[in-house]
Amino acid sequence: MPRPPTQFPQFSSVADVSKRLSTAGYLPDAQIATTVFLADRLGKPLLVEGPAGTGKTELAKALATATGSELIRLQCYEGLDEARALYEWNYKKQLLRIQASQGTDGADWNTVHDDIFGEEFLLSRPLLTAIRRTEPTVLLIDETDKADVEVEGLLLEVLSDFQVTIPELGTIAATRRPMVVLTSNATRELSEALKRRCLYLALDYPSAEREREIVLSRVPDLAPGLADQLVRTVRALRALELKKSPSISETLDWAQTLLELGLDTLDESVMRSTLGVVLKHASDQERAAAELRLN
Amino acid sequence: MDAGAATTAEPGGLAGHLDGFVRAVRGAGIPVGISQAVDAAEILTVVDLLEREQLRHGLAAVLLQRAAQRPTYDVLFDLWWPLSDRPRTSADAGDDGNADGEPGESTLDVPGLDDAELSELMRAQLLKLLMDGDEEALRRFARMAVDRLGRGQPSPSGQSFFSYRVLRALSPDTLISQLLAGLLNEGDRGGLAEQVARHTVRERLAAFRAAIEAEVRRRTAAEKGRDKVAKNAIRPLADQVDFLRAQSSDLAELRRAVAPLARRLAVRLSARRRLGREGRLDFRKTVRASLATGGVPVVTHHRPRKVHKPELVVLCDVSGSVAGFSHFTLMLTQALREHFTGVRAFAFVDTTDEVTRFFRPGADVVDAVARIGREADVVGFDGHSDYGTAFEVFADRWASAVGPKTSLLVLGDGRTNYRPPGMPVLADLVRRSRTAHWLNPEPRRLWGSGDSNADRYGEVIDMVECRNAAQLSEFVTTL
Repeated sequence: MPRPPTQFPQFSSVADVSKRLSTAGYLPDAQIATTVFLADRLGKPLLVEGPAGTGKTELAKALATATGSELIRLQCYEGLDEARALYEWNYKKQLLRIQASQGTDGADWNTVHDDIFGEEFLLSRPLLTAIRRTEPTVLLIDETDKADVEVEGLLLEVLSDFQVTIPELGTIAATRRPMVVLTSNATRELSEALKRRCLYLALDYPSAEREREIVLSRVPDLAPGLADQLVRTVRALRALELKKSPSISETLDWAQTLLELGLDTLDESVMRSTLGVVLKHASDQERAAAELRLN
Repeated sequence: MDAGAATTAEPGGLAGHLDGFVRAVRGAGIPVGISQAVDAAEILTVVDLLEREQLRHGLAAVLLQRAAQRPTYDVLFDLWWPLSDRPRTSADAGDDGNADGEPGESTLDVPGLDDAELSELMRAQLLKLLMDGDEEALRRFARMAVDRLGRGQPSPSGQSFFSYRVLRALSPDTLISQLLAGLLNEGDRGGLAEQVARHTVRERLAAFRAAIEAEVRRRTAAEKGRDKVAKNAIRPLADQVDFLRAQSSDLAELRRAVAPLARRLAVRLSARRRLGREGRLDFRKTVRASLATGGVPVVTHHRPRKVHKPELVVLCDVSGSVAGFSHFTLMLTQALREHFTGVRAFAFVDTTDEVTRFFRPGADVVDAVARIGREADVVGFDGHSDYGTAFEVFADRWASAVGPKTSLLVLGDGRTNYRPPGMPVLADLVRRSRTAHWLNPEPRRLWGSGDSNADRYGEVIDMVECRNAAQLSEFVTTL
């Protein structure tokens, strides 16, 4: 199995991953740090799966910051196709070029042909952009589960060889291999073939201790005692069977809200008035109010 | 650290040991391909083998493909790459923690303590640890507690360890009130603060119990061989749990497994509505767009197609014998209701009632199921399933519900209690509908045994075995 182009490991050890991600504002646990380290070392794409708001996209951004790379993002959605993910010929410009040359007699077909299938008329989409870059790159393929199955086939091809063949231009191979992070909310099972080529990282809500650290690092002005209370309350909310459990980002929003309002404790009345920050469904709010005896 | 030690006994060294582990993971129902096994071997060359947690997460990254597989994997990992009893190197003593010099532990080394005094002393220590909530310290304590309190009678086959002995001696549940008092200030009782504190206490106690069980497994594996332990310790993956035998502890997990499934079904149905050929050419729009390309109609525009709205009628047996099953199917119904207006749900025991109103979008499923039991008119006579009457009532009162556009979904075990099965009514419903399926939570081999009428129903309607979440998801994808 040939290992594609040059691949310089960015991290020296798992501890190095932890340190540099923390500096970039992302606090990884042992699992995240180890898996990121391996993805970097083995040069494999990293598939991050977990509920919404557990920091999947954030991880890719922090990774780009920590390694001094540029982040290139491919947002997946239903109906995403090659023309949006890989490359597209700018046909409008091509048409203009043809029409413009019609007036002048000098241009024969060959020169026009060579001309309109040149770099100038190529619209590079995220996947091609990431492959062609010579500087360090983190390629984030976000919400892979939203894309259609055909896109997975395309990804498989690109991610295994890191090269793209454009019939008119020839094969473009990566000179420097980007670090690839795929995220998924698990709304649909990704194909076995894709999963097999990736390192799998299941992200769940963090442990109480880690979440407290995250809150304190992102909202440093919050009193530690209140952060502790906040995190324990959020965990109690997650234990209820809600339609949408509060995510880390919502915990952070809540912390920010309490700070902005100048509140120093989380009691029934505060919670009643700010519940909308963490719970976004009416039925969830009712349920939480009943279970946590807010009334 | 332990990896090296454990493998010396294996033929084939580290690679052989890894192979054994991979086989065990496969044996537990987690599919691991050859390429993944090769990747796992590569992991061994990259991670720091002295760091057990690195090895755990590293192997998990290549061997697992779904979050639900993680608990099973962790149990197996602890058996195959166990913590050692004695610290081997100085580095070990640091993170392993069985070493002497643990604060608080030394007090227990006083000779001449009897059992009652020992457990009293340890209870006090446990209380302190639970109050602090330091998970690592709690795990260390659990290991020590199993050593001190968990021993059974030594027998010729070796020393055995029991978690119930530890839990009986320490009875952590009786600490709850003290823990609550410690976590709460005076005057906080009763409201939000107490609920949150209760949750925290429950969480920490569960973590302690899990640590005790893991330690008992580890010691038993050391005494009796890990294969034996692995066989007993592995619980089926959440999507393999039988609907009819699900215990309450499985239920929450099962619901989590079914929730994305419901979403997936809804996405599938709506995707089908959107994909496919586009509608008639929109001439005006196409000509307009062609102006940008010099009059050449490069892109054609089409009018949106008329969408076919799927109508789904769910007819669900909610009697006690299939309670676990109907719960999940009603969840599916709820999820579909959130996406489509044309979903109607009917529940029956020995008579039928429409329950669509309980599933209005935004409603809570657990709530809805409880309300069906209380408010819907599904029991007419004695509370035992009567399919014949149920079908008749349905066909009679809601004759218009099933039409040529309707997909009919019947959910139940087809056990008629030897009452008339109502075959002609069902056959007529099937004939009038566009498609009809029956999901049966009983294993296929039991169809037709005793009062089951499943095989006869199977002659008039497509009957599908649907015993666990995995089969349900299979059905959803073929729909």
